Amino acid sequence: MNNELRSRILKAIEHNAKVDISELAVRFGVDEAAVANEMEIMEKEGIICGYLTLIDWDKTDNETVTALIEVKCTPQRGQGFDVIAERIYKYPEVNSVYLISGGFDILVIMNGKTLKEIASFVTDKLSTQESILSCATHFILRRYKDNGTIFGKKYEDERIQVTP
Amino acid sequence: MREPIAKKVLDMKPSGIRKFFDIVAEMKDAVSLGVGEPDFDTPWHIRDEGIYSLEKGRTFYTSNAGLKELRIEICRWLSRHYELKYEPDTEVLVTVGGSEGIDLAMRAMLEPGDEVIIPEPCYVSYVPCTVMAGGKPVIVNLKEENEFRLTPEELKAAITPKTKILVLPFPNNPTGAIMEKEDLEAIRKIIIENDIYVLSDEIYSALTYKEKHVSIASLPGMKERTILINGFSKAFAMTGWRLGYACGPANIIKHITKLHQYCIMCAPTTSQYAAVEALKHGDDDVVEMRDAYDQRRRFLMHRFKEMGLKCFEPYGAFYVFPSIREFGLSSEDFATELLKSKKIAVVPGTAFGDCGEGFLRISYAYSIDNLKVALDRIEEFVAELRK
Repeated sequence: MNNELRSRILKAIEHNAKVDISELAVRFGVDEAAVANEMEIMEKEGIICGYLTLIDWDKTDNETVTALIEVKCTPQRGQGFDVIAERIYKYPEVNSVYLISGGFDILVIMNGKTLKEIASFVTDKLSTQESILSCATHFILRRYKDNGTIFGKKYEDERIQVTP
Repeated sequence: MREPIAKKVLDMKPSGIRKFFDIVAEMKDAVSLGVGEPDFDTPWHIRDEGIYSLEKGRTFYTSNAGLKELRIEICRWLSRHYELKYEPDTEVLVTVGGSEGIDLAMRAMLEPGDEVIIPEPCYVSYVPCTVMAGGKPVIVNLKEENEFRLTPEELKAAITPKTKILVLPFPNNPTGAIMEKEDLEAIRKIIIENDIYVLSDEIYSALTYKEKHVSIASLPGMKERTILINGFSKAFAMTGWRLGYACGPANIIKHITKLHQYCIMCAPTTSQYAAVEALKHGDDDVVEMRDAYDQRRRFLMHRFKEMGLKCFEPYGAFYVFPSIREFGLSSEDFATELLKSKKIAVVPGTAFGDCGEGFLRISYAYSIDNLKVALDRIEEFVAELRK
């Protein structure tokens, strides 16, 4: 295990999963095999959990609605919040589930085709669960920045083209 | 009418870069590798401090030497990174970019006819500043086989009884060359024996890719004869803020400060407040940017190797300086042809001194994706030339 190489790989692919291994090897000044090997191990260890694509759905014909749902609940004896979280994250329409400190307990992020779809998920599937006390649903109106990437702003090189 | 312009200025050549810029500017969709400044924006926390200082109404002059708080942070930064010990009250002057410090030092130190040793290829301002200060530039042509470092032999050969200043521009623009501790040790004795002052332009000190940069001022007996020039432009991606500093023995800084007081008054106040933040909390940003440059540097060297373009491995700044001698074209012709046929702008080595003939300066202050596009086209161009 090479910790320095690991952190460099992770840093490089965190914002660009598409980058190819041979290029990374050149940039880090190491063998291609070393990079490939380290990535494979990290995949096995579950450090690298997947390679995603960041999509600005607003620019497509695909209509989606994203909601943040604050969930208050009573933890179950002997199991804490884990069982509740599991019951929520098993729904495929649920994107992310976090245990949160502060005014509520669990934060759920989910996608739906329409507002109605999300509303019915909350009223039918979430609120009805025994240990869930209340839900507060917030709809996302615009994404400015997601996962470190600023949406809708293209990089423009404003520098003078040739300078000493 | 009488000639309005002084002869010294009439005789001054316009920068070779300027000439090339005019050609590039006319071309709309050229991909440029000709830029001498970072591609990163100034880190937000630094910009935010600048904005905050404006909101607080800090819009007045500072003291001539610069904000005391900033001078203290400069001394701490130099001590933390390069083991340099300077007194904020008497040995530091905050300037408008490193360039001002270069100009002021020459004007404060040169008597008519004093010689200034300038190793080329180098940044474009040392020669004109020397001339305007009444000095005489003595050019040392650095060699590729020495990785464009200044050797003791080259230095010795250039020294005369009139030599007053040696300009030491490392890490170097345009070659990317560095001077390591041994290299500096090797010339230290000669400098002291001949009672020469050093104008050490270390504006790229934060960007080295081997050992950490060593300042000549940190060697025994050198602080008292070195004027250290540094600044915020390259390390913190703050070119447009126009802020640098000169450090040196109190006696020299005192007189340089007089000149500064009469021609500038003080460096921009907003920039000074932002710079305090940069020095206090910007070390991580520097590491991150340096790592990005280093990756691009390796990428470029790899591509040159693939296309068989000869290039010594540079360990500093953000430039590579490949040789194009094999093609039998002058640097300017090569660069012009490359621009016309492939729309790639690079700077001919000759813009940085005659001995830059046969070389190109390629900047890697660009994203990897940008570099890929450009290098693919250079590869095509080189292949066509070889046919």
